[in-house]
This record gives sequence, C-alpha cells and structure tokens, in this order.
Amino acid sequence: MIMPAKRIIPCLDVKEGKTVKGIRFEDIRDVGDPVEMGRLYSQAGADELVYLDITASHEKRKTLPQLVRDIAANLNIPFTVGGGVSDLDDARILLEAGADKISVNSAAVRSPELIDKIARNFGSQFVTLAIDARKEQQGWQVFINGGRIETEKELFAWAREGQERGCGEILFTSMNHDGAKKGYAIDALDGLSRILSIPVIASGGAGETDHFAELFRRTDVDAALAASVFHYKEIDITEMKRYLSKQGIEVRI
Amino acid sequence: MKTVIIQYNAGNIRSVDFALRRLGEEPEITGDHEKIRQADKVIFPGVGEAKSTMEYLEARGLDRLIVQLSQPVLGICLGMQLMCEDSEERNASCLGIIPVRVKRFRGDMKVPHMGWSRITGLKSPIFEGVPEGSFVYFVHSYFVPENACSIAESWHGMGFSAAVKRENFYAVQFHPEKSGTTGERILKNFLAL
Repeated sequence: MIMPAKRIIPCLDVKEGKTVKGIRFEDIRDVGDPVEMGRLYSQAGADELVYLDITASHEKRKTLPQLVRDIAANLNIPFTVGGGVSDLDDARILLEAGADKISVNSAAVRSPELIDKIARNFGSQFVTLAIDARKEQQGWQVFINGGRIETEKELFAWAREGQERGCGEILFTSMNHDGAKKGYAIDALDGLSRILSIPVIASGGAGETDHFAELFRRTDVDAALAASVFHYKEIDITEMKRYLSKQGIEVRI
Repeated sequence: MKTVIIQYNAGNIRSVDFALRRLGEEPEITGDHEKIRQADKVIFPGVGEAKSTMEYLEARGLDRLIVQLSQPVLGICLGMQLMCEDSEERNASCLGIIPVRVKRFRGDMKVPHMGWSRITGLKSPIFEGVPEGSFVYFVHSYFVPENACSIAESWHGMGFSAAVKRENFYAVQFHPEKSGTTGERILKNFLAL
C-alpha cells in the first residue's frame, strides 16, 4: 500500500510575536523570528510547520493575524496555527490571513461543536484537533490550558469524537513524554492510529533520530512533531530523513 | 504579462497569491469577467466543497466564462475537480472540460489524503525540470480518476490523476503553492507557457 511520505514537523512556539520554546511548558528561552525561522526550516527539509501561540490560552490573547500573513507570504510549505482559536471568527481570520490549517485544543474541549462548525464552514482539512494528555492510573486524561487544567475527557474517546465531529487530523502530545527526550508515547500513538481513520501527528518525547525511526516502525502515525531537537540543532532534518529512508521509511528528501 | 487569480468563495486564494508573488509576479485576484478574459494566464484555485462552489460560480456567470477561456488556465485542487464533468461530492455538476467523474476515496486509506506524495508519468511542459517521483503536497478527499487527459499520476491506496491537460486547460490536484521548490518550478513553468 502506497502511503504519503511520513511528515517531519517542527513546532514553533510563539509568544508576543517571537519564537520561543518551552521546556516542560516553563522556563522559556527566546530563539528568534518566527518568519525567518520558518523559512530556514523549509530549506532544511521540514515538511510542514506548526506555530503555537503559547500565550493565547493563558492570557486570552488572540493569535496575531499579521504574523500569520507574514508567515504565509514567506513560506512555501503548509503551516498550522494554534493557540487561542476559540470561535468560528478566530478560524476565519486565520484562514483569510493565509493559514493552511488551524488547531483547536482547550476551546474544543469546552465546546466540542466548535470542531463541527469549523469543519462545516472551511472543510475538515482546515481543522486539527490538538490533544494534550497525561497517563494516570485510570488511563490517559486530557488536559487543557497548556497542560494546567485536567478535564474529565479520556484521550481515545475524545480523539474519536473529534474525528466524528469532522476534524481532519489529530495532534496528540503526551505530557508524560514531552520534554523528557526519551522517545514518543508509542503505545498510545499506536492505539490512536488504529482507531482513527484520519491522520495522526505524534508529539512529545523526541530526543534523537532513533526516536523518529522507532515511531514510524512501530506505529502507523503519519507525522512526527518536535521542537527543541530542531531548535537547538541537535537533529538536522535532512540528515535524519536520509537515515529514515535507509531504514525503509518513506520520507520526502 | 498579466496573471489573474479567479476570486470566489474558496479557501487558499491568498496562498496562491503569495506563491506567485514569491516568483516575482503581481497577480490580481478578481471575479471581473473582462479582466479574466484579457489576462495572459488564469489561475483557478480552490479548497472547499464542489456543489456550493459551482453554485457560486453559476450565480456570477463564471462557469460559462471559464469554459470559454483560450489562454492557459491552471486549476488547483478543487479547481481541478470543478473542471471535470461532475463529482460524487453531493452529485455536483461541474464545468465539463475534462470528461470524467470525480470520486471519493474509499477503503482503508486515511481520508483526507493529506501530505506529500510522489508524482510520476509526468508528461507536460509544466513538469519541465521536475524529476519523476518528486514529492508534492496534497490535501483532498475526492479524486479525479486516471483518464485520457492525465499528465501525471499519484497514489493513495489506488492510482489517481495528479494532473490533467486538455487544450489550454491545465490542472493539478496537489498544491504547487505549498509544495516547496518543486511546486515553485511547476508554477514557473505554467507562467512560462
């Protein structure tokens, strides 16, 4: 069966118009201009980018449409914008600014019909459901507001509901793995890609090239997202793709 | 040279505009019949739903205008599907330039087909300098089956038409405006026709 190439997606956290990377959601270090950063990533072989306005959920700010316009004007690969998308108007503004997709997280947990509305108006391909979850004794619990508030929702049920409501992709971040650099949450990601018929993006835990190889060997997820390993140049995307390709994993080089 | 992008109720028009500007073009986004008719190149982009989009075009007479154009026209994504006879998407009747019915992906494959896939069987000047098997970016749930007008193929569980050409009408299922340097080359080739 011929599938699309596995996607490698650097994630850029943006705060007040600048790119930063949160280490375990705290202790943020500034690493530059989001537009220039995006262009460099595209040249370096990234397949897609995710920009997350990490201040949005916490301080109720809106992601800046002007920044999205600048990114769209300069980037020749697709990009997703997330953080603080809380209603249809937010989505429309970002679409008109040139975002290829938006991701919804906390607002969708609070009012799940937001997913239906965005999908109906702008198409499923435009809405990614981002889910932050942590494994606890009773299972994978969904968190909102940048991992600060635990909810009643369970990961797998919520992902399935998101698909039924019309989201085009699921972006799952394991809070247990995020920042630890010991590999992705293989079991949960394997479970998600088995029960879903839409693409799954893995997030949280990448520390070395073999973590990506392991992810694509052991699960059917479509894409791997990572931030710090790319930001701090611990992993070169093109070199990693060559390595993955040698392992028989289809990637775009 | 004047390039116009047909303005209608579809997403991603801005992305196409930006991509052309990166190539040094200054396209105009317009729904004005006279401007479209007089342009050297016409781009017909689109992300969205077939039936409501056709209704929008019909309400403005753009459907009849597009089929009469004689300069090079490039349909992108939904634009390609709308160039076909009709679509399984809410049984939309389309422009009828490419005599084939648009179908929905079925089976075990993930839908939408979203991501980078290879294109092969490249046979048109718009693919000049683009190696066989190059990756381009797709986002779609419906596809144009391979047909006599196909000038490129791709796969998502099954083969489908990644690009078609009939007379002055060219169309691609993928998004050249989002397909990195390969996409830029294809757009450049189209503009040079």
